[in-house]
Amino acid sequence: MTPTHSHFSPVQRLLHWTMALAILAMLFVGVGMVATVSHAHSVLIALHRPLGIAILLLVLLRIAVRLKRGSPPLPDDLPVLQRFVAKLSHLVLYALMLALPLIGWAMLSAAGYPVTMFGAIHLPPIAPHDVRLYALLRALHTYLALALFLTVLGHLAAALFHGLIRRDGVLSSMARGAN
Amino acid sequence: MKQPSFPPPAAICVPCRLAAIGAVVLAMAGGFAYVAGWLTPQRLTTHRIVNAFEADNGQHPGFRRNHAKGVCVTGYFDSNGNAAALSSAGVFELGQTPVIGRFAIPGGNPSAPDTSVPIRSLALMFTQHDGEQWRTGMNSVPVFAVRTPEQFYRQLVAAKPDPATGKPDPAALKAFYAANPETQPFQAWLKGHPPSSSFANGSYYSVNAFRFVDAKGEVRAVRWAMVPETPFAPINDAQKAAKNFLDTDLDQRLQSGPLRWHLIVTVAAPGDPTDDATQSWPADRQQIDAGTLVIDHDASQDDGPCRDVNFDPTVLPAGIQTSDDPLLAARSAAYSLSYNRRTREEALNPNLHRPQPHGDRS
Repeated sequence: MTPTHSHFSPVQRLLHWTMALAILAMLFVGVGMVATVSHAHSVLIALHRPLGIAILLLVLLRIAVRLKRGSPPLPDDLPVLQRFVAKLSHLVLYALMLALPLIGWAMLSAAGYPVTMFGAIHLPPIAPHDVRLYALLRALHTYLALALFLTVLGHLAAALFHGLIRRDGVLSSMARGAN
Repeated sequence: MKQPSFPPPAAICVPCRLAAIGAVVLAMAGGFAYVAGWLTPQRLTTHRIVNAFEADNGQHPGFRRNHAKGVCVTGYFDSNGNAAALSSAGVFELGQTPVIGRFAIPGGNPSAPDTSVPIRSLALMFTQHDGEQWRTGMNSVPVFAVRTPEQFYRQLVAAKPDPATGKPDPAALKAFYAANPETQPFQAWLKGHPPSSSFANGSYYSVNAFRFVDAKGEVRAVRWAMVPETPFAPINDAQKAAKNFLDTDLDQRLQSGPLRWHLIVTVAAPGDPTDDATQSWPADRQQIDAGTLVIDHDASQDDGPCRDVNFDPTVLPAGIQTSDDPLLAARSAAYSLSYNRRTREEALNPNLHRPQPHGDRS
């Protein structure tokens, strides 16, 4: 059993809030870059790839920290259904945070695009050049990104519900440290 | 934590607090929808441009939405090292870089006659030894008809076939050209230059400006052209009557040996426009012969190596960068969506418009 704490550790909070910003930026960059025909298209594409890989590295670190330190227990009086949704939604968040960068990387590989980070720095392909695979991964990337955005909105609404309506300490366990 | 200056939550009614949560979520969802273009259907998006191509040319599943008719070629670029002083890209170091390319004609109909347009195009993908790529899509006209993506879209709309005749309304196109005088250099160039008799004897121009960055980080605006060793000849009457001749001509020429072009890089002088593809630069600008493009094989686009390549001109190695030309980002966005649509069509229907593949297609 992992020891229990009333608040997330400073490392966990730093990871959470850094990734919250990065993922929100990523979702807006992604949906914007495929729509716009302005110069922003090139700028956003160039940002999307390294930011996605940064999120992949951060989520790997975050999963390790979470497995090691665990999370503060949910309030005892939380209804069973809410408790279940809370656990499930966090699993979905972790799964999507991990899957989306990997699918993006594999998708570029399957199309034969170079996976450029900065300047000449680029990543090797992780999937064969195969346009049918590309078509599948490209569609998955969009639908899972939309699913992530909806899950993030639900996560945000639930966090505010805990903080403003229930006022049960769940929001503050991530917002600040133990006093 | 800083104490909030507004009343503590308990003092605000529960419905008010719920409404506040709803407002935060709605604001974020609304921002997302706005960035996606879902709230502003009049905004020019990638989808509208590609949809306009489909409206003009009809549905041709599995094919590129523009330059749909073409042929794959392969070969290599033999750099003489001359351009290495201008760009640190590996492709300009002394030596050879493999190339996959595609000759095509503009238009979204893959079975249009070769005589349907007076323009040919050459797209190339150089794969450097370090894995970086340089992709370029060049046209046989050195300037482009329009300056901005918005103008380009309006041109597509003006060229939409009239349902009664099945052809574009000449009056609508005329009105477009009259309202957009930037199209004049392009029109004038076409009047003065008959189309080539072959893919092999045409010059192909980058059209847009780019930036070369040298090893010291110095940046120069450039355009480039592939200039053929094969002497130019205009299209002849027999070819005009035959309507389809470019593919067989290329195939015949390649059977007797490789074809060669010189990569001529033109360096802009300060003040030359880099954001306006409708204007050429003065003829006295510095030009560098960077090496020879050698094309030695061709293959059908149905199963050749160029089929699954998106010749996005903004896929560039370190040492080459996009300029401030507004067409470049729009080309990248539209090519990408065209690629997404045709690969999806191919995935959903593997036999689409394709002859049976002969073994491994790559």
